[in-house]
Amino acid sequence: MKIHGKTWKFGDSITTDHICPGRYFHLRTNLPELAKHTLEDARSDYAPNVKKGDIIVAGRNFGMGSSREHAPVVIKLSGASAVLAKSFARIFYRNSINIGLPVIICDTDKIEDGDTITIDFETGKIVNETNGLILNFPPIPPVMMKILSEGGLVDYIRKHDGLKI
Amino acid sequence: MGQTMSEMILGRKIGRSVTSGEILVTDVDYVFAHDASGPLTLNQLETLSIEKPIHPERTILILDHAVPSPNKETANNQQLLRKWARKTGSRLSEAGEGICHQILAEDYASPGQIILGTDSHTVTAGAIGAFATGMGATDIAVAMGLGKTWLRVPETIKIEVEGMLLKGVYAKDLILSIIGLIGSEGANYKALEYTGGTISNMRVDERLTLSNMAIEAGAKVGLVPTDESTRMYLQSRGRENQFQKITPDDDAEYEDVKEIEAGKIEPTIALPDDVDKVKPVREVTGTEIQEVFIGSCTNGRIQDLHIAARIMKGKHVNSGLRLIVTPASRETLITGLQDGTIQTLIQAGASVTPPGCGVCFGALGGVPADGENILTTSNRNFKGRTGNPLAKTYLASPATAAVTALTGVVTDPRDYI
Repeated sequence: MKIHGKTWKFGDSITTDHICPGRYFHLRTNLPELAKHTLEDARSDYAPNVKKGDIIVAGRNFGMGSSREHAPVVIKLSGASAVLAKSFARIFYRNSINIGLPVIICDTDKIEDGDTITIDFETGKIVNETNGLILNFPPIPPVMMKILSEGGLVDYIRKHDGLKI
Repeated sequence: MGQTMSEMILGRKIGRSVTSGEILVTDVDYVFAHDASGPLTLNQLETLSIEKPIHPERTILILDHAVPSPNKETANNQQLLRKWARKTGSRLSEAGEGICHQILAEDYASPGQIILGTDSHTVTAGAIGAFATGMGATDIAVAMGLGKTWLRVPETIKIEVEGMLLKGVYAKDLILSIIGLIGSEGANYKALEYTGGTISNMRVDERLTLSNMAIEAGAKVGLVPTDESTRMYLQSRGRENQFQKITPDDDAEYEDVKEIEAGKIEPTIALPDDVDKVKPVREVTGTEIQEVFIGSCTNGRIQDLHIAARIMKGKHVNSGLRLIVTPASRETLITGLQDGTIQTLIQAGASVTPPGCGVCFGALGGVPADGENILTTSNRNFKGRTGNPLAKTYLASPATAAVTALTGVVTDPRDYI
C-alpha cells in the first residue's frame, strides 16, 4: 500500500478538543457537518482548504485526551489519507486503526507544511519529494496492521466471523 | 516472577498467567456508552448487523454529557439511546442521575472486573481495583455485541507515595503533581499503580480522583490496590460480596517506579492549555478568574462539595465572578441537600446545576466569554475545552476553587483554612 499527498503541518499535543471540539456536540450524528470543523481549534484554515488525499503531519502525542472516535472519523471525512506524528495518544491511535485511518510514527521534523510525500507501507519508508529526504518508520503492530488491512475493526470482524486476534 | 495488578486482573479473568506486552482476548464485565459517543456506537452495532448486546444486563447507556438537553439535536440523540436501551433490555442511567464514572463507582464497579466505556475517564474505576479503560465507539460496539475485547497487557509505572499530605493539600494536588512529573504522554500505552502509605490512608473518593486523571498522563488504567477501605466502600454500596483483595506481588516487575513524598506536595494548579503544565498555586496567585466550576468526575463528589462549603460558609463569592457547582450524581445532590452543603453553597452565591458533566465538557451551560479565565476542579484544560477557544482554563482542587471564588483571583487555600 502506498499513500501520496500534500502535507498539513501541526505542532505538539494536538488534542481531541482541537480536532473535534466539544461545543459541536449537537452535530455528532451529522458527521459531514461535524467534519467541517475538523482541527478548527488548531488551524482554522485546514477544514475549508484540505484536499482529498492530503496528509496530516504533527509533533508529539497527537490525539491526546478524549476517547471520542469522532476525532479520527472527522479527519478521515475531511479527506485526509493518513496522520504522521512523532507519537500518538493511545486511544486515538487505536480508534484510527479501527476506522481504517493509517497512523504512522516517524520523525516529522523532516517534513514541512505543504511538502509532497509518498508513504510506502511495504518498505516502511516515506519519501519527501519536496526536499528529497527519505524517512524510515516502524511497522504498525501486527494485530493492528491486520485490522487496518481489512479496512477497520468492523470489516475485520465480519471477515473473520468474530474477534479472532 | 511476581505480577503487577494489571497482570493479576487480566490473568485471573482469562484463567492463565499473563505478562506485560502480550495480546489477549478477554470477556468484559460491564460496558457502557454515554450520550457523547452512544449514537456512533449504535451506528457501528448496526453496521455489524448486531441488534442487541450479548449481555443486556451488563450493558449501560448513560445520559450525562449534555443534560438536560440544550437543543433538539442533542435531545434526539439522547432519545435514540433511551429507545435502544428499552428495546434491547439494556440498563439506562437517565439524564440527571449523574456522570457515568460516578454511576459506575456507586452502582457497578468491583475489584477484578474488566470495564469498558466510551469515555477516556473510564479509568476512574481503577480506584476500586477494576481494570477499567476508555475506548472508541467501534471497540465499545464490539464489546457490547460480542462481550469481548482485545487488549495488550500494559507495562506498569508504580507511583509510590509515602507520608501525610499537608493541610490544604488534597488528592487533586497530588495527581496534578504526578502528571507534572511524568508528563502528558509519560504513561502512554502503560498502566499506573498508585501505592504506598499515603494511598492506603486515602478514602475511596480520593482514590477515584487519582485514578480518574491517569489518562491525563496517557495511561490505559490507573489502579489502586484493594483493601479494607475498598471493602467498606463496597459494603456502603450494598455489594460487599463483590470484594476481593488485589494487591501487586512484592517482586512484580515495573517499568519505572516514582517515589513521592506526600509532605512535599503543595496546592497545585494546571495552567492553560495542558494538564502537565503544573505549578504550585502560590506562584500564580493573583491571576484574575471570572468563573469557577466545582464538579466533574474528578471532583464533584460529596466530599469535594463539603470542602468547598466549609470554606465558603457565611461568605460570598467575589462580585466579579460566577460560581457553578454541579454534583457528580443525584445521590451526591441529595446528600448535599440533606446535610446543608447545597444551601451553604447557594447562599454563598453558587449556581447549583443538575448532576452531569456540566461545564467541564463545553457542550452545555457555563461557557466562559472571550478572554475570560475559568478555574475548574475538572480534569482537562485544553484549548476550547470549556466551550470557548478564546477562554483559558485552569485546573485545581475544590479548596483552591472555593477560595478563588471568594477572592476573584487565584488564591492559595492554605491562607484560608
